[in-house]
Amino acid sequence: MDINTLRSAATVLVAIAFFAVCWWAFSPSRRKQFEEAAQLPFADEPNEESIATDSADETKN
Amino acid sequence: MSSHSAQTSEAPTYNYDVVRSFALATILWGIVGMGMGVLIAAQLVWPELNDFFQPYSHFGRLRPLHTNIVIFAFGGCALFAASYFIVQRTCQAALFGGPLISFTFWGWQLVIVAAAITLPQGYTSTKEYAELEWPIDILITLVWVAYGIVFFGTIVKRKSPHIYVANWFFGAFIITVALLHVVNSIVVPVSFMKSYSVYSGAMDAMIQWWYGHNAVGFFLTAGFLGMMYYFVPKRAGRPVYSYQLSIVHFWALISLYVWAGSHHLHYSALPDWTQSLGMVMSLILLAPSWGGMINGMMTLSGAWHKLKTDPVLRFLVVSLSFYGMSTFEGPMMAIKTVNALSHNTDWTIGHVHSGALGWVAMISIGAIYHLLPILAGRKEMHSVKLINVHFWLATVGTVLYVAAMWVNGIGQGQMWRQFNADGTLTYSFIQAVEFSRPGYFVRFLGGALFLSGMFIMAYNAIRTMKFEVQPEKSKATPQAA
Repeated sequence: MDINTLRSAATVLVAIAFFAVCWWAFSPSRRKQFEEAAQLPFADEPNEESIATDSADETKN
Repeated sequence: MSSHSAQTSEAPTYNYDVVRSFALATILWGIVGMGMGVLIAAQLVWPELNDFFQPYSHFGRLRPLHTNIVIFAFGGCALFAASYFIVQRTCQAALFGGPLISFTFWGWQLVIVAAAITLPQGYTSTKEYAELEWPIDILITLVWVAYGIVFFGTIVKRKSPHIYVANWFFGAFIITVALLHVVNSIVVPVSFMKSYSVYSGAMDAMIQWWYGHNAVGFFLTAGFLGMMYYFVPKRAGRPVYSYQLSIVHFWALISLYVWAGSHHLHYSALPDWTQSLGMVMSLILLAPSWGGMINGMMTLSGAWHKLKTDPVLRFLVVSLSFYGMSTFEGPMMAIKTVNALSHNTDWTIGHVHSGALGWVAMISIGAIYHLLPILAGRKEMHSVKLINVHFWLATVGTVLYVAAMWVNGIGQGQMWRQFNADGTLTYSFIQAVEFSRPGYFVRFLGGALFLSGMFIMAYNAIRTMKFEVQPEKSKATPQAA
């Protein structure tokens, strides 16, 4: 087998992998799941704010 | 350093001790590493500065120390601080690993101190960005394995079923850097501080630049993109523009970066097809890089007015601009015909610093300014005005630096390739050096401005942290802040 056959196959495989990732990421069935994940930086925010106000009180004392 | 204490029923008590240590170490090493950079920049303008403590003060010995400290000490500590903070907050779990956590801090500091002791003495493996000799390499490996256990152990403990995208980038950074470091550092030791690489010739060069370019791709890019995906949404007060795009960004970036290293070896003894492959892969790399940059920028849509009042957000946005600029410049310089002009000139140094100062340092500085008030249990930094001063010093410094190196690099490249009718060189090498001198001075000036901003940051940080120490925290809530 010619080495170039392997190279061509690798190129095709990588292209398929790329489209597979795109399909996986953008398929509507996973949309809600990703919207939830995108909120994770804010998931524990109330906690931080309460801490922030607590220590603000402390510095005033 | 005490580790995390018992979890409360609602939210866990995060381990902020190690985050604080790494955040403050970032500022300290930033000053040391950039100070070293300003010194060696001055040596290129005033060569007599090489001689104040020969041979330890020679440019050739201090330059690797500068790169090691800014990349691995300043950048590394920023990555440790940000990843330990983000993984806890987005997983809503305290750090895993007990004593391993403080081992990563003290072990990493030991690596840096060992570098500062051995490099000026001339102990070096001569591999760029991997100069440290084998005993230090082993210590790095141990610290890195501990880092992996702490990070991934925390992810296992997470409350949410999702793993936030920032953690994907940090995870890829930790795994790939481990792989790169171990493969590139395989040596045969001949004495305590001397070893020979098991690779030789063109193979050695290829392994080295596979390592070197992916140090850029995973240490200096993937890890800092992890910061971007947390701090930009957090500071803009809205989720990332497209979470789906961030997934495609992640997979495309990590699968492409590993192929681009051979563009460092254009027109060398490396097989020609390998060079062309590196060039093509570098060009394709533009797509995921800009995908990520646009994703970060678009997160601000509807929140642009915050830039007026929030200098921390300004740091983050300008860092993204420089990221976009240098990831455009990089693929362009990887084109063989462009590289024929830019190779071995100051253009390369300018490119590196538009990434290192503009992207890596700016996003780290923004991240640390976001972290310090939280770590001190305050609402804001001691002085928001001084953050703004720092922002302008850093921006003007970077622009001066990069512009000077562009002029120098293109000028040098053009002078080196001018031939007379009889085939002799039009310019001697020293003429190109003379041409470069004004640019070297502007570069020194830009670097000094950037460094002065770091001193302002250190002052601001000390004032911010001081207030936390004075009122003795009640023992009922240890390290709640």
